[in-house]
Parts: sequence; structure tokens; C-alpha cells
Amino acid sequence: MQSETKAHVDQLTSPAGDPVAVLRFEGDIASTSKDAVIGTYQALPKETAKLILLDFSKVDYINSSGIALVIQLLIEAANSGQKVSAFGLSAHFTKVFTMVGIPKYASLFPTQAEALAAL
Amino acid sequence: MSELKPGPVAKPTTVEVRLPSRMGYEKVAMSTAAAVAQLMGFRAGRIEDLKTAVAEACINAIEHGNRLNEKLSVGVVLNAGTDSLEVKVIDDGKGMSKQPAKPNIDRKMHGQEDPRGMGMFLIQALVDEAEWVAGTDGKSSYVRLVIRLDKDEE
Repeated sequence: MQSETKAHVDQLTSPAGDPVAVLRFEGDIASTSKDAVIGTYQALPKETAKLILLDFSKVDYINSSGIALVIQLLIEAANSGQKVSAFGLSAHFTKVFTMVGIPKYASLFPTQAEALAAL
Repeated sequence: MSELKPGPVAKPTTVEVRLPSRMGYEKVAMSTAAAVAQLMGFRAGRIEDLKTAVAEACINAIEHGNRLNEKLSVGVVLNAGTDSLEVKVIDDGKGMSKQPAKPNIDRKMHGQEDPRGMGMFLIQALVDEAEWVAGTDGKSSYVRLVIRLDKDEE
């Protein structure tokens, strides 16, 4: 019933010339998304992937279990000295992420261009 | 359905859905609630609030109430009134013994609080009324949500 979460990584460059890993998600983000969210994140090389963007622009449904996976990712990133931002959330999920306090640990932007410019 | 026009319902209307206790089926209740709310004339933002609240209530019922026992089902009853939509999500659990706490992101980030456990908080934050009622027989508990039509939606 839940649509499978797809994830892939694109490599971009920040305005300052630093490498940026973009985790692009597609489908639902729910309890079944652990491999897609945490697994894809953990496959990034911790030594070089210091700037990370999460792309939610093709995600329609995120539930509290999916938000918990995002928080788990943020915990691991904080412990590894990585900076994480997110973009592409709908107005509703921007509100939900804000309600649970995520912007304190990951800035939220409407678009990739705005997220990249802020790095 | 094509003759129905969005707006406050002329008389109270009830819609019922029965879900298997399987993760993912909350989306059926979510879509049904959204369709009813759309017919009532709720604005898009409130429908999104309702969808998340109903989905979280169903997830709690499936996971904690019915403990993923697929022999048990989750009942979802939507009562569309003239100025509000009431949703009851019923399971065979014993019900909630405490009110939801607001999640603390700092405690979660520092490993002092489970990253999960935000469902009840989201339900309460996104609708106008939310109450958890324990069944008198130790089961058939339900959560009751109410979302009201704003004046400017009518």
C-alpha cells in the first residue's frame, strides 16, 4: 500500500566550491523507508561528504515514523560534523517539520537553488 | 458524486471505513477523510492537516492498539456536520493512559528521547479537538478528532 521509497545521490558544488551530496527521495517516507533514508545516507563517505542536502520535492507522504528517520539521519550527521539542509517540502510538511523542531538542526528551503546558495 | 458541490453539508452525513491492521492502509482512511473534507468545502491547507492527523491516528491504532494483528481491523467513522467534521478511529486496544507530550528535538538529538513518538503530538496540534477514549471493556478504544470549517471557508 505504501509506495516504495526511492533514493539516489547527486553530487553538486556549493558557491564556495565545496562538494555537496544531494539525497533525492521519491515516494513515501514511512517506517519502511529505513534503507532508503538511513542506508543511502550511511553510504556517503563521511570524510568528504560534509555538506548534505535532502531533496523532498518528489515526496508526497511523510508520516511520524518517516520524520523519525530524518531525525535519526540528523543525529548521525551531527555526530559526524556534517551540515544538513532540506528543500522541496510542501507547505504542509514544512509546517510539520517546523512543529517538531527540525529547522533547529537542518534549515528548510523551498528550492534546491536557495538551499545551495545558503551553504 | 458528480452532482455534489463543495460546501457545508445540509444534513449530518456519516461515512465509515474498515481497515486491515497493516501499515500503509492508513492512506485509505486519509484519502477518504480528504474526500469528505473537500466535499464539505475545507480549504486545501486544512485538508492536509486532517490527512496527517487521520493517518497518525490510524497508524497508532494499527501499531499500538491492534499490535499489527491482521485478524483485527481498525474502524474509521467520519461524521460530517454542518460546520465540522468529526473522525473516530477505533481499535481493539486498551487505549491511551496519558496525554501526548510535545516532542523535544534537543532531547531527541542528544539521545535522551526516542526519535519516534510524535504521532499523538501531531494529531493534537493539527486538529481543533482531539481526545483519546479508553473502551469500557478494556478494548474498543478510540481517538476522536474534530476539525471545524473556518468562517472564510463556508
